Amino acid sequence: MSTPVIQTVGIGKRYRRGLQASSGLLRDSIARAFRSPLSVFRRASHETFWALKDISLEVHEGEVLGLIGRNGSGKTTLLKILSRITQPTAGWAEIHGRVGSLLEVGTGFHPELTGRENTYLSGAILGMRKGEIARKFDEIVAFAELEKFIDSPVKHYSSGMYVRLAFAVAAHLEPEILLVDEVLAVGDINFQRKCLGKMGDVARAGRTVVLVSHQLNQIRRLCNRVVWIDAGVIRQNGLAHEVVSAYESAMARGAANGDSRDRLSSTRSRFLKWEIADSSSGAPHVLDTLGPVTIILSVELLQPITKGEHGIALFNSERQLIWARAVQDLTLEPGIHLFSHAFPSLPLRPGPYTWVVSLYDDARQPDSWECVPEMVVATPGHQHPDDRWNGILNIPTVFAINGESDRDQDLVL
Amino acid sequence: MSSVTSNPTVVDPLANRSASLGTSHIEPPRGLFALRLREIWNYRELLYFFVWRDVKVRYKQTAIGILWVVLQPLLTMLVATLFFGRLAKLPSQGLPYSVFCFAGVVPWTYFSSSLLNVTNVVVDNQRVITKVYFPRLILPVSAALSGLVDFSIAFLVLFIYTLAYGIRPTFTILFVPLLLLLAILTVLGVGLWLSALNALYRDVRYLIPFIIQFWTLASPVYYSSQLVPQRYRWLYGLNPMAGVIDGFRWALTGRGPAPSSVLIASVAMVLFAVLGGLAFFNRMEGSIADRV
Repeated sequence: MSTPVIQTVGIGKRYRRGLQASSGLLRDSIARAFRSPLSVFRRASHETFWALKDISLEVHEGEVLGLIGRNGSGKTTLLKILSRITQPTAGWAEIHGRVGSLLEVGTGFHPELTGRENTYLSGAILGMRKGEIARKFDEIVAFAELEKFIDSPVKHYSSGMYVRLAFAVAAHLEPEILLVDEVLAVGDINFQRKCLGKMGDVARAGRTVVLVSHQLNQIRRLCNRVVWIDAGVIRQNGLAHEVVSAYESAMARGAANGDSRDRLSSTRSRFLKWEIADSSSGAPHVLDTLGPVTIILSVELLQPITKGEHGIALFNSERQLIWARAVQDLTLEPGIHLFSHAFPSLPLRPGPYTWVVSLYDDARQPDSWECVPEMVVATPGHQHPDDRWNGILNIPTVFAINGESDRDQDLVL
Repeated sequence: MSSVTSNPTVVDPLANRSASLGTSHIEPPRGLFALRLREIWNYRELLYFFVWRDVKVRYKQTAIGILWVVLQPLLTMLVATLFFGRLAKLPSQGLPYSVFCFAGVVPWTYFSSSLLNVTNVVVDNQRVITKVYFPRLILPVSAALSGLVDFSIAFLVLFIYTLAYGIRPTFTILFVPLLLLLAILTVLGVGLWLSALNALYRDVRYLIPFIIQFWTLASPVYYSSQLVPQRYRWLYGLNPMAGVIDGFRWALTGRGPAPSSVLIASVAMVLFAVLGGLAFFNRMEGSIADRV
């Protein structure tokens, strides 16, 4: 591989606790100085904490690196260090190439200025040259679909228009290294898709991208490699689908066992929990096999049901229906019932999935629940190596040429 | 592209991010005088855009817009002429009091309003500071420069006013740009300290009106510095604005001797303040985004 364009060695960042929340008044500093005169020169260790510790990683040219982790794990702090907004307390980093950072949509926008003026201003703040902005101006306006409003002040824009223009400016930034923080989570679905497409173009054009996102599917789709940061340290660094699956499993294990989001409030019945029977992954909500699977639902009935109907449906994280089934003519006494659905196999691509369960009584009054936690599929992938060609199924097929099958070939995938 | 430096101790802290291709080194802060002037030069377009934004925004929603720039010093001068000139009969170095006063009010207005802007510029731009990197020094410099548009307009009015009193400019008018530079440096010399301090302690915001009020009284805006005894004149000149205003009045009207002793003290003081301010601002720069 080529030399890394981003290299960090032992990067650490220490913050003083409560720094951001402090009143920032001189009075407090003076009061502290009086209470213990030496504290001005000494940083008590209990007042500080490490937001990042010993982060060493390399990013190569043309790579799209995803950073994942829970809120407050230090992802944004790392991006801020790489974009030089804040300085590390320890360690060092080297970056080769022009860096553009996109930590917020609409950086530098001023409400009194017009769309045109803000395009220039925000472009310059994000690191574009004046000539570069002038050259791309028409393209930016067309991308934002704001031709008619470009000369009115942005304070009169709707929030959608504002975001569109802001992102259009940012999307036309062409640095060699782009650092992006969770900014794609804005705008309507169509515009998001357009932005994702633009990001994909950037990545394919050989530029290096470091992307922070909580939308794991986005990470899967865009990134080659993912770094999972947990409590300020690197927990895992590897191929996108491996790290994301591991992260999802850990999140699912951390979530409460058996809970539900009620979709309709009801006094007739209650959903108690769901789990995978004898889960080979050891976690009741993580599926890691392509073999037979049994899903068990616990439902408590408060009133008897005759001629009832039970429905179950499986959705992926994009709310696409994967599978559903209805069971009719149920006669149930009040009490706790276990419904089980045995599947010969659930060949799904890795990711989070949601079970939706319903129960109709004889008067066709429904109770319906969205099962929490989500089911995480962590089965090894048997799919196309290029993520764009990944469908919804994950099936281990056996390939053969003239009847001669080559098992090794299949195992590689 | 530079080669990868494997040993962190040899990384050059002065290395900067050049226009297109370059390497940036990220390290814990160190060094007091790593001023990175070339980096600031590379960001000159951004400096221009910050000035442009300030000027645009300032008059966007005002009904009479640019007229304020003229009205503000003009009205101040009229009131001062009434009370200090007519009633108190302050001496005015042989000039009509209104000309004398106007020639002081114009540079003073630039100084006081710019000082206020420079003090608040870091806090006012905290959203940008916490989201994008650029040399932070650009912000106070842009705030000091954006006041020049107002100054130029006011200066033009002052110039016409002076001509109307039959005072012809002499060669001394060539010193106006130099004195203006001294005023800009004074704004920065004081403002760099205040804007960095303001980012850490918002008390500064409340302090600044007092500072300006006291400073007005300690500067020869409404009275002549010749009221100060000759042997204390250099001490008075340690207030750099004394040198700026005296010099400005002399340069514009060409009357009287050049205020050299006051000016020399002022220039020395300003250089001292600017260097200290740069070092202080530079030292705070790294933690500004964390603490603003």
